Amino acid sequence: MFRKIATPVIAILIFLGLWELLVWANGWPNYKMASPSDLPPAFWKYKELFFVMGWQTLWRTIVGLFLAVIVGTLIGMIIGFSKLARDALYPLLIGFNAIPKATLVPVISLIFIGQHDFNTILMAFMISFFPIAVSVGIGLSTLEPEYRDILRALGASKFTIFRKIALPKTLPEFFGALKVSATLAFIGTNLVEIVSPHGRGLGALFKSGETNGDYPLMFAVLIALAFLGIILYYAVIFLERVFAGWADREGN
Amino acid sequence: MAAPFTTKGNSIENLIEIKGARHAYQTASGPLPVLDGLDVAVPSGTFAAVVGPSGCGKSTLTRLVAGLMKPDEGEVWLHGERVTGPRKTVGMAFQNPVLLEWRTILDNVILPLEIVAPTMPRKDRIARAMELLDMVGLTGFEGKRPSELSGGMRQRASLCRSIVHKPEVLILDEPFGALDAFTREDLWQTMRDLRAAEPFTAVLITHDLRESVFLGDQVIVLSGRPARTQYVMDVDLPADRTLDVLFTPKAADMLHVLRDQIKIAQGRDVEGQA
Ligand SMILES: Nc1ncnc2c1ncn2[C@@H]1O[C@H](COP(=O)(O)OP(=O)(O)OP(=O)(O)O)[C@@H](O)[C@H]1O
Ligand SMILES: [Mg+2]
Repeated sequence: MFRKIATPVIAILIFLGLWELLVWANGWPNYKMASPSDLPPAFWKYKELFFVMGWQTLWRTIVGLFLAVIVGTLIGMIIGFSKLARDALYPLLIGFNAIPKATLVPVISLIFIGQHDFNTILMAFMISFFPIAVSVGIGLSTLEPEYRDILRALGASKFTIFRKIALPKTLPEFFGALKVSATLAFIGTNLVEIVSPHGRGLGALFKSGETNGDYPLMFAVLIALAFLGIILYYAVIFLERVFAGWADREGN
Repeated sequence: MAAPFTTKGNSIENLIEIKGARHAYQTASGPLPVLDGLDVAVPSGTFAAVVGPSGCGKSTLTRLVAGLMKPDEGEVWLHGERVTGPRKTVGMAFQNPVLLEWRTILDNVILPLEIVAPTMPRKDRIARAMELLDMVGLTGFEGKRPSELSGGMRQRASLCRSIVHKPEVLILDEPFGALDAFTREDLWQTMRDLRAAEPFTAVLITHDLRESVFLGDQVIVLSGRPARTQYVMDVDLPADRTLDVLFTPKAADMLHVLRDQIKIAQGRDVEGQA
């Protein structure tokens, strides 16, 4: 247990040490590259802002991700159970996923002018539902027929088969996708926060750092984002342990 | 309504009857006929072993009996009733044990009871499952996950699951096919003991002629695709047979006849008759 925590902490300290050393050795001024020692003062100076903005970013990301889970799972069920739907929807989904989401920011903000929270959540959702839909879809469509047949031969309904077999069996793939989606959702949130005029959230704080030439602030925002990303990631890991821990083969 | 082919007044009634079944799968390259005149009759309480060339339609036969599909032509009867869909009185086991990895062995065995007997108290379910696990020698493993068991043990658990709800009909589609020879023979004996203790009538698909003779009361040989009933052999050996029976001259004769029948089914010449 101690080793489990100590190992990454030491790795992070070494990383920060090397970073500091690099900046010091090159004699970079902090408008070129801030060093770790510049960061605590930046955090301290704007500590209220960090809490307020960090919370903004976090809740909007989580709501977007939550929508992505619901809609992604539904789409995954549709393409997983119906071959017709799979053939019809796959090109659409892939095409939509291939669009760089940055190009959608102006489109969204024109359609929903001034709805900053809504736009941010929408973007977080749009960028993150795809891996979930695909993984649930593939998980369901590749279920070996024997798994279905043991219950179907007893007259079990489609819903019972889904609940007792298909759904739990897909959970490991689902959580694999959720880890990817959680990271993507952050990107979506920040995209809108940075690009929108008068935005809020850590993205907007980054933008204000840039406008004011406050480089330590910009770097501090990046670190804060990384921190939130790690928290969300481990929250997903925790849920995975609880709901799909059985997929974890012991001893490796 | 009674089945048309049961011999009334006879003490042995056919529990499973397939009469003149024909079926073709619709594939991308046109219809693929897989059954063409399949006749099967399994008297109540007996064990029918089905052998035939690879891909001839054996699993299709099991799907008919289980009510998972209907033949294009012909009739399937279970217990004097026309089969029109799945029924709760069927149990199935396959080559792949398909145990649910997120459940313990005990909860895997209980699964069919959750569908068939939703109001049965959990303690009764556990008692029934433990009784079977004991019979197959898995006492002490009920709390383990499937991944912690060997292949043979998993197959034992799968067999328990297939009969936990006391099905009338047990359908076994090559359940021992993936096991090594020694484990397989162990499981034959387990199957023989389960048979004596439980009331099911069974259809066993197999590729192993010795298995068909050891476990079957009759051996049905199917022709190559599309399958029809090519040959039926009554296995006239004692019910409490041991593995030694396979080394008797009688069994050797039967195995010889079956081997020749399989060659005919494969469309090859029978030695000495070419
Ligand atoms: N759902 C399906 N759609 C189309 N073709 C199928 C389908 N199921 C089986 N077939 C084909 O029908 C034929 C018979 O299949 P079946 O599974 O009944 O054979 P089998 O005797 O059980 O084979 P094996 O010995 O390999 O288990 C095979 O050629 C198979 O490819
Ligand atoms: Mg088969």
